[in-house]
Parts: sequence; C-alpha cells; structure tokens
Amino acid sequence: MSITEDAREAVMTGRRTDGTRVRRPLSPHLQVYDMVQMTSGMSIANRGAGIAWTIGMVFLVWWLVAAAAGPQAFANAQWFFGSFLGMLALAGLTAVAWFHTFAGLRHLYWDFGKGYDLPAVHKTGYITLIATGVMTALTWLIAIVSW
Amino acid sequence: MATFTLPKNSTIGTGKTYKAEPGATNVKSFKIYRFDPDTGENPRYDTYELDLDKCGPMVLDALIKIKNETDTTLTFRRSCREGICGSCAMNIDGMNTLACLKPIEDVKKADVRITPLPHMPVVKDLVPDLSQIYAQLRSVEPWLKSDTAPPPDGERLQSKEERAKLDGLWECILCFCCSTACPSYWWNGDRYLGPAVLLQAYRWIADSRDEATGERLDNLEDPFRLYRCHTIMNCTATCPKGLNPAEAIGSIKSMMVERQS
Repeated sequence: MSITEDAREAVMTGRRTDGTRVRRPLSPHLQVYDMVQMTSGMSIANRGAGIAWTIGMVFLVWWLVAAAAGPQAFANAQWFFGSFLGMLALAGLTAVAWFHTFAGLRHLYWDFGKGYDLPAVHKTGYITLIATGVMTALTWLIAIVSW
Repeated sequence: MATFTLPKNSTIGTGKTYKAEPGATNVKSFKIYRFDPDTGENPRYDTYELDLDKCGPMVLDALIKIKNETDTTLTFRRSCREGICGSCAMNIDGMNTLACLKPIEDVKKADVRITPLPHMPVVKDLVPDLSQIYAQLRSVEPWLKSDTAPPPDGERLQSKEERAKLDGLWECILCFCCSTACPSYWWNGDRYLGPAVLLQAYRWIADSRDEATGERLDNLEDPFRLYRCHTIMNCTATCPKGLNPAEAIGSIKSMMVERQS
C-alpha cells in the first residue's frame, strides 16, 4: 500500500461467513444526510460563494484589461456588463460578495470562542442571510440612484 | 480525496417490501438499509410496514419488533435502550442519532429511512466498522496522565470551578453520531480526528488534574488532526446527548493560539 492511499482502505475489506474476503460497501453520506440544515447548508453556500467570487474576479480583470486596451475593447466589455446577462451576473456577484463577507465575520465570531451553541448558530445564520439580502438591495439601490 | 458519489459496490438497490398485517390501521413504513456480505450483492433498501398501535414509541422499538416478528436477519447494534451506551447510533431520517432516543412520531415523512452511520465501511446492515475511529481515539490517549503522585490520604482534588470545566465533555458516550455527520470527517477521516475524538482530547486537556496538556496540544498541532475542522457545526446539530463538540474544538484552537503568545 502506497503512503498516499487512504488509511481507511484497511477496513474496507471484510470476511464472509466462509472466510473469503469481501469488499465492504461505503455507507451513504451525501445521499442520505440532511445537508440543507443551517449548519452544513451555510458551510456549502460559503464555499460556493468563494468559488463564484473567484470566477467573478476574472470578469473584473477582463473589464480592467479592456479599459487599458482601448476604446473598442472597453465598449465591448461595457456592452456585456450592460446586457441582461451581464447585469444578472453583476447582481449575483454582489450577493455573493456580501454573503462571503458576512459568513466570514460569522467565522471570526466563532474564532473568538463565541456563538457555538445551537440557538446562536441559527441566529447568526439568519442574520447572515438577511444582511446579505439587505446589503445587496442597498448596493443596487445606491448604484441605480447615482447612475 | 473527496468523492461525492458512492463507489459502484455501494450503490443502493430496492429490495423487498414486507406488508403490514391486514386490519392494521396506524401503519408506518420503515425503509431500512440492508447489506449481507455473504450474498455478494449490492446494498438494498427493504421496506417494512408496521402497525404503530402494536409497537413501542421509539425507532429502536420498531427495529426490535421487525427483528422479532418479521425478519430475523435484520442486523443492528443495541444494548441499553436508554441513550447511555451509544450502540444504536445510526442515520434516521437524514440525521445521525440514537434509535432508542428517536421517537417514531418525530419523523413526518411517509417512510422512516434508516441507514448506517454515514461514510463508514459496512459490516452488515446497520453495523458499521468503527476500528479507524477507535484507533484515532486511542491516539489522543484518553486517560489521566500525571507525573505527580496522588496525595497519600485521598483523591486528586479539584475545585468546583475546575470540575465545572468538564461539564458537557464527560457526558459523551462515544456513539460517533457527530464524527460521522461531519463532511470534513467524511472526506479526510483518514487523518482528521473528527469531532468525537477531539472532544475527548479536550476533555483531558481541560482536566485540572492532568499534567500532559502541552504534550496533548503538541500531538494535535497538525494541519489534519485538528485543523480540518471548518466549524461546519453538523456535529453539534446532531449530538443525541446535546453536547457541543464544535465548541470543544474551538477551545483547543484557542489554546493553540494562546500558548504561542
């Protein structure tokens, strides 16, 4: 067995009644577990938000590079961000950025040793979700008003 | 490496349905994970219909009734039937808990789905192999370590405050509902110790009579053993004893930082 192999491999083999070896099944995990509860649901959403934000950064870089490259390139980029799809992407990115920020603050709160009991976990979870919605709406309101 | 799907030999087929006896009025069906190593077949769900009017209130009562009256081959662990031995830990309706503490009426869905503790090798039916997790428990040396001899005239004494630090830790019955509810433990359980074992580690770190605190922290100072905890909190949400493994892990992390300053 190579050292990169999973150590749990050793217990994946069992014996039948007659003594012959049998490969044990792995019990279902994501297939049966309640993953949309506040605990794991928020964790997955935070990871997803991080990934989405990273992809969003590619768009931001495109916008900046286009601005540097010349008027035609910038006009193309501006056209995309002004299109329905572009606006949708920007709205999504705003929400994702706020969510990742608030979820990060929630983690910081835990790192101070606070908010570990379940009622607090649910409360901070709902605060994160509500704050994300409010701040996303507010960001767009300010953007649209000052446009 | 995280694999989100089940291996080929672990996908779950549909098995037999055992109908309730005619005339039963209060019927609930139990969809139970079955695996028999002797057949060489993949696991399957068997469905058992039970008359709740003739069954005790807990999920364990239903399992025992099925084994006594319908299908003697159904295999599961149980002992105390009062939530103190930790044997009947399993996944019921999407959450890990003890079958003896889970009222059947708490499951609102039509089927009560019962599977073994998640992401574990299955020995038979609802019985997972716990050797890995026991070896990990052994690695944190969950016993009192002290170089100082106890006083000749009595026990090692603690103040009320020192003793209070162990509340919420000593109650753990090692059912491993929490560890097997943790996605991080699913993906990294070969090296990450998981919430149950880390709570046990903290139980001795927090004990004023133990003199190996530094040594214990050294043992946990590792990217995998401790720091694969990402505060997902599934452990605390699922603990049938109402304990808080995530908080214990957080306390260990705090101590790691504090001892550096």
